[in-house]
Amino acid sequence: MRVRVNGEYLDTNVDSIWKLRDECGYPSENTVVIKNGYQTSEDVELTEGDIVSFIKKGVMPDEKQLAELMRARHTPGVYDAVKDARVVIAGLGGLGSNIAIMLARMGVGHLHLIDFDTVDASNLNRQQYYIRHLGMYKTDAMKELLGEINPFIEVATDCVKITEENVLSLVENADVVCEAFDNPAAKAMLTEAVLTRTDKVLVAGSGMAGIDSSNTIKTKKVMNRFYMCGDGVTGAGDGIGLMAPRVTVCAAHEANMIIRIICGMENV
Amino acid sequence: MIKINGEEKHFDSPTTVSDYIKDAGFKTERIVVELNRNILPKSEYDNTVLKDGDTVEIVSFVGGG
Repeated sequence: MRVRVNGEYLDTNVDSIWKLRDECGYPSENTVVIKNGYQTSEDVELTEGDIVSFIKKGVMPDEKQLAELMRARHTPGVYDAVKDARVVIAGLGGLGSNIAIMLARMGVGHLHLIDFDTVDASNLNRQQYYIRHLGMYKTDAMKELLGEINPFIEVATDCVKITEENVLSLVENADVVCEAFDNPAAKAMLTEAVLTRTDKVLVAGSGMAGIDSSNTIKTKKVMNRFYMCGDGVTGAGDGIGLMAPRVTVCAAHEANMIIRIICGMENV
Repeated sequence: MIKINGEEKHFDSPTTVSDYIKDAGFKTERIVVELNRNILPKSEYDNTVLKDGDTVEIVSFVGGG
């Protein structure tokens, strides 16, 4: 029968996943086995057309191997949809830093990160930076982090403030624009600019401060090309802080909607 | 009849988008206005008079991210 092993077709006579692992020369210890997107720790029957990955624990794969692992681990079709996608992330604070990392883990092939700010110690309560990044531009710090997660995706950065004047040139190559600012006026400016002056899809966030229920955070399709995540009302302010859990929940809503749009799903 | 954020509104005198935003207490710089399924640029708020049959959605952003 013919199966696919680590991205290559293989004709084999063995009938189980353990026998295939032995045939391919992977040790029984320290090998992760994924069959048709699902990790197995037990021997299972091998059937025609199975897609199998053998992964040596603790070893950095090359580009092709990593791609094959993501193809194997994601839901079928998702990796191939996202690998060529282009997403602009506007703002690298609590929303944008989390979204960038999630999209890199998904294997989104082209990320364009935009932020003008540097990492300070008050960011560490919710943003995906480390002590070693204090004082660095967020664009540089995030590019470094993404390189440690997936060194094979293209990460472009612009350390600038997005304005009505430069917004069009900054988003022109994007399939999807992700609004991840902190400032509500900046959120409104980017939203209006993208929706009135481009044909891009925009995913925005509003309302994720405090420690209210996670379940009030939703993804809504406001109109064609415009999605909004958050509870819509809970802004940061005197007496209401921005903290990791709800900001991360909202970031995940934005990231998942971006993935859905890339995969051709327009509904929330 | 004019529908604004799901509620039916009547105006006794000609009312622009700017007038309504001011009266309703929205902060112009924090909102996006959708008029009949299209985003209305801020530059049009002053000279867009709301008319019978219009559907308006005002999306207001709060801070935080």
